[in-house]
Amino acid sequence: MAAYDFVFDGLGLREWCDRDASPGPMSMADLLARGAGGQAEKSWMESLWELPFPSLDALNQACPAIARSRDLTRGLEQSFLNVRDPLRVVLDPITQPLSWALENALHVFTSTPWWIMLPLLLLLVWVASRSWTLMGFVGGALAFLLFVDHYTFAMQTMSIIFVCAFLCVLFGVPIGIAMSRSNTMQRLTIPVLDMLQTLPTFVYLIPLIFLFSVTEPKLYGIAIILYAIVPVIRLTDLGIRLVDKDVIEAAEAFGMTRHQKLVRVQIPLALPNIMAGVNQTIMMSLAMVVIASLVSAPGLGVLVLRGIRNLELGVGLMAGLGIVLLAIILDRVTKAALARVNAASSVPRH
Amino acid sequence: MDKNASISICNLYKIFGTQPLKALEHVRGGMGKTELMTRHRHVLGLSDINVEMKAGEITVIMGLSGSGKSTLIRHVNRLIEPTAGEILVNGENILTFGETRLRELRRKQMSMVFQHFALLPHKTVLDNAGMARSVRGDDRAAYEEDACGWLERVGLGGQEGQYPHQLSGGMQQRVGIARALTSNAPIMLMDEAFSALDPLIRTDMQDLLLELQQELQKTIVFISHDLDEALKLADHLVILKDGIIVQQGEPQEILLNPNDPYIVDFISDINRARVLRVRSVMDVAPVAPPQTAGKVDADATLESVIALSGGDTALSYEVHRAGAQVGYLNMQKLVRALVPTQAAQNGMRHSTRTNSD
Repeated sequence: MAAYDFVFDGLGLREWCDRDASPGPMSMADLLARGAGGQAEKSWMESLWELPFPSLDALNQACPAIARSRDLTRGLEQSFLNVRDPLRVVLDPITQPLSWALENALHVFTSTPWWIMLPLLLLLVWVASRSWTLMGFVGGALAFLLFVDHYTFAMQTMSIIFVCAFLCVLFGVPIGIAMSRSNTMQRLTIPVLDMLQTLPTFVYLIPLIFLFSVTEPKLYGIAIILYAIVPVIRLTDLGIRLVDKDVIEAAEAFGMTRHQKLVRVQIPLALPNIMAGVNQTIMMSLAMVVIASLVSAPGLGVLVLRGIRNLELGVGLMAGLGIVLLAIILDRVTKAALARVNAASSVPRH
Repeated sequence: MDKNASISICNLYKIFGTQPLKALEHVRGGMGKTELMTRHRHVLGLSDINVEMKAGEITVIMGLSGSGKSTLIRHVNRLIEPTAGEILVNGENILTFGETRLRELRRKQMSMVFQHFALLPHKTVLDNAGMARSVRGDDRAAYEEDACGWLERVGLGGQEGQYPHQLSGGMQQRVGIARALTSNAPIMLMDEAFSALDPLIRTDMQDLLLELQQELQKTIVFISHDLDEALKLADHLVILKDGIIVQQGEPQEILLNPNDPYIVDFISDINRARVLRVRSVMDVAPVAPPQTAGKVDADATLESVIALSGGDTALSYEVHRAGAQVGYLNMQKLVRALVPTQAAQNGMRHSTRTNSD
């Protein structure tokens, strides 16, 4: 006796419902109801009060031919599994370079001796920021990581971020430019970006685990790139759309082609915004690389995971501190580079 | 390259909205701007514009904001496409030009100066000045000398390495002018070029423009909302109101014979003694009357003659141009010319206001 029996009876669909009725496994609720003994007739007030929403499960009780919500999730899984193989044939070769890049970067970062790596990184900081203070801070932070034997983990994390952030910029800036040029493109892209940004990070990993083997670096590489590419796309689009209309008009009045306009006017004037996007992208890669340790990404995230799994408080805290240090280093260096770009349009470069 | 280029605009209409062609029929049927807006939700930008801009002259298009003057100048290089009409540059209808020819036209025949300068903030003054040439594909070596020369000419010598934000507004606009001159195009479009500058600098820039024009004889289209500026610069003055040309002609002529209450209202506030020239109020006579107090130039302002006469209205002067006597000027007539046209009383101003309500 289900709440919606009357619908199917009324429509004369009873026969269709029960055609191949093979009652599914009995649920606990059914069992309890049976145990409670004979069903006392409920008053219409009671049955109205308990009337469920006509959901899949409620309808299924009245008519077994209708699928249950459990079948829906199973169907989703099954259809994903059905397209998996053809999808793999396409995606595997395309994404293979990502695996190579990550493997090589990991190898280079971890096998280069610390006394070469440290000066190189400090040189990079100097080139990006031209600030002795910042260089001193980065030097101190890296020395600390070396001192507490977290250096290798930190370098693994760093190398993954380098590769992923680079690829984000490589793909994100052109996508942003395309969005800024066409309103249709913008309308189509924004929902995708919104989805990438709001989808819980763990949810990304689930289909990726089905698609690729967990031992392949590209699995976490793709997850990080999908998550971190959003800000650089958004800010490139925004930056180009915000370029002074007067200057664009001048560019057109002097007969610039679309390409000249892009290279000579739009990108240079949008550069502060694009750099802000790059900063955000790098910070988001760092956030994701920690979560990606769930799917075998090496680095500090592995230590955090160990801390959680084995309840090793100290290990987790030290790794957390290392991540904070890396975050500060990356943020300050990219912000300093951004400040230099901003200053370039207000202070002469010689 | 053609040193002299003329522009003529014939029966030009511009209507902003979703179905401009449909709205055009209503406008041709005599519908006004307000009615078109309320009944069809289309904005009448320009209506039946006919202007002849002669080569080597400064044509000033004047009107208040919303009169369509900036829209009009953007039609000349097709930054805005017209709804109907023709735009002839050197006899060729540029509306038939494809993308490539239009780009060539913008690169080689025209240059533009903007109200808010529109310089590239990340480029030096020199690079900005050479922008038009580098867009054409010339390398820096080819235009550097020209650009430096023009920067020197507009008074920015030695500032080539600066960035625009390091310069004041007036100096930035000098860069804008140098950029237009370096392009070496025969047509210069100036969209409220001096409106953002403070009054003293504006006067300086006007003098600079006139001085350059005497030497270069370019075809200049100048947009302004300032009547004094328009009268000072114009060889040919076009007055726009609500997208319609109210009057056009030689500025002195418009000043002495305004044909519309709107213009009367407009000109009632200006200093006529400074704007009117001797040639506009003199009596044309080959022989001067006896007992003249001296000679004045035909292009002298009335102000200078008043100063010369010391305020004595009994005098008269011989008027000379290029050494030959062309007429004579009676001081009484001069003083009468200083009184604004009869219609320009407060009553007229009031009536125009009620009309527009």
